[in-house]
Amino acid sequence: MKKLLVVLLSVLCVLSLAGCSGGGSGDDNTGTGDGGTVVKIGGSGPLTGPAAQYGIAVKTGAEIAVEEINALGGLQFELNILDDEHDGEKAVNCYAQLTDWGMDVSMLCVTTGPSLAVADMYQEDGVFAMTPSGSSPDIIAKGDHIFRMCFADPEQGVAAADYMAEKGLGTKVFIFTKSDDEYSTGVAASFKNEAAAKGLEVVGEYLFTSDNATDFPAAQAQEAGAEIVFLPLYYEDDTKIIKACQDLGYNPVFFGVDGFDGALEQEGVDVAMFEGVYYLTPFAYSAPDEATQSFTAKFNAKLGNNPNQFAADGYDVVYAIYNALTAGGATADMTTEELNAIMMEQFKTLNYSGLTGEGMTWDASGAVVKAPLVFRIESGALVAAD
Amino acid sequence: MKFLSYLISGIRLGSIYAIIALGYTMVYGIAKMLNFAHGDVIMIGAYVAFFALYRAGFPLVAALLASVAVCTILGITIEKLAYKPLRSATSLAVLITAIGVSYFLQNAALLLWGSTSKIFPTILDYGFIELFGGELKISYQILITIATCIVIMVCLTLFVNKTRMGKAMRACSEDKDAARLMGINVNSVISLTFAIGSGLAAVASVLLCATYPTVTPTLGSMPGIKAFTAAVLGGIGSIPGAFLGGLLLGIIEVIAKVYISSELTDAIVFSVLVLVLLFKPTGLLGRKTSEKV
Repeated sequence: MKKLLVVLLSVLCVLSLAGCSGGGSGDDNTGTGDGGTVVKIGGSGPLTGPAAQYGIAVKTGAEIAVEEINALGGLQFELNILDDEHDGEKAVNCYAQLTDWGMDVSMLCVTTGPSLAVADMYQEDGVFAMTPSGSSPDIIAKGDHIFRMCFADPEQGVAAADYMAEKGLGTKVFIFTKSDDEYSTGVAASFKNEAAAKGLEVVGEYLFTSDNATDFPAAQAQEAGAEIVFLPLYYEDDTKIIKACQDLGYNPVFFGVDGFDGALEQEGVDVAMFEGVYYLTPFAYSAPDEATQSFTAKFNAKLGNNPNQFAADGYDVVYAIYNALTAGGATADMTTEELNAIMMEQFKTLNYSGLTGEGMTWDASGAVVKAPLVFRIESGALVAAD
Repeated sequence: MKFLSYLISGIRLGSIYAIIALGYTMVYGIAKMLNFAHGDVIMIGAYVAFFALYRAGFPLVAALLASVAVCTILGITIEKLAYKPLRSATSLAVLITAIGVSYFLQNAALLLWGSTSKIFPTILDYGFIELFGGELKISYQILITIATCIVIMVCLTLFVNKTRMGKAMRACSEDKDAARLMGINVNSVISLTFAIGSGLAAVASVLLCATYPTVTPTLGSMPGIKAFTAAVLGGIGSIPGAFLGGLLLGIIEVIAKVYISSELTDAIVFSVLVLVLLFKPTGLLGRKTSEKV
């Protein structure tokens, strides 16, 4: 009996592991390889594990775009997003799998670490690769074939400081920075530079790491007399810090960056706590335009929740690739080399308007040029702040 | 006054560590093993309480009881399935099994409930007590946390020292074979220990989430390690030691964070552990054991 239980338990363990790694490997190899009837778009992202929400959002957004494009009847796309579990080594395996599958163009990876691990290989192979959401400037620095759809970290810090100064939200700013997260330190550093130039006073900065991201001494910000609390963080930490401040009865202006996206979607959250929070994001599902509303409805039908900017980034990458290929007169029977030559040529002049920006262009480094938008939370919904 | 408010916040954090540390220390004292899955039992407790409060709309006490019940059953099940078959195995095998159980629980939570964080509803929002003409504000939540910890400590000490079952526990911790010869059912004593430890983990999870409201599958890892440190600091195997170690650790953590460096907090906390162990290898209240050669 004991033995049986041990065997059962170990089988369960093995199954749970298998569930993790097998979750997202799309083995639907229905394409016909190089020069076939479809253009094959590959990529990887965390579909399982702690960062899964980002990968799943990008994958679903990209799927919606591919379905729409294929329904048009012109150039046909096939999408294959593999699971890299937000791990550089696994991303390299995904890259190898995608190459065997006959990938024509790539969406690189969803997160920064894996993107950095494979960008060199795409560059060497001469394959066009655009990360939907890898925001580190180091990614596109890997070569001229590597592009980016989202903002770079430093741009957000600059935009946040500019907005605060321009709109007179206050002059004394306190920053909470996660010192072991490049995203957070990158935004905070550029914010501090720009704040000094714009006459804002940084009255204090609290540094923490992912290991002690629990007990936030909000009293420090309060005692420093901060009128604005700047949060270059992801929404989990944002939520904890805002709660810690409110528990003290301290209500400054909270200003987040695009990592704040998702805060309102947390299960069990009392959205009233976010009333009046400002944050930067290129995409808000509640925006009234038709494209956003149609995308939100389709995303909701697939996953049962509202899309965040990652989903919109995934959608926009597929459409940017589609626009470039159709503008260059690509056909599905072209070889990978021919398709990539068109991509590289077209992206010099491409002007694309999508969910995450109007009139987006790309500079020679592969960075996107678009304006960040500031939103404000009012009655639990996002409202464009003027 | 500021110092006093930080001190109280440290005692609050320390109280939570102390309750978790009890689970480590009791299991170690009686089964002589380190149950590294304890932190993940806290995580499961937090999810159960969240679902009971938010999805099922239970009142706080019912949610707490549901969480305690699930964690107690989970604790006994883990012991029966994973640890009991290894009763005579080397301690290394048991340790690795414990780490395996910990991974299993974390990944199961990831698969079942996803990685998106869930926000624990506000449950203990009764406002503040103001002392010294409003200069010192203490929330009732902090007082409830500290009071819960003290009540648990007193009850547990009475239970271990005054009841027959408590006596059996002490006997098992002293000498398992002799206890068996005296007619004590060692297996059921160990099961009871796991049940109590896991039930307390559920209480700790609710107190933890009332303070830091984000529920994720890795929620229990860091508090688990800190509480284990607290148990070692106080002397593993000793119930008052867990209390003392937890409080000290919580206070050192908060004070170090505010007055020295927020980034070096963990380094400071663990250096204190190293220093204490250098001078008092059995921990502050640990018993000296002499090895027979």
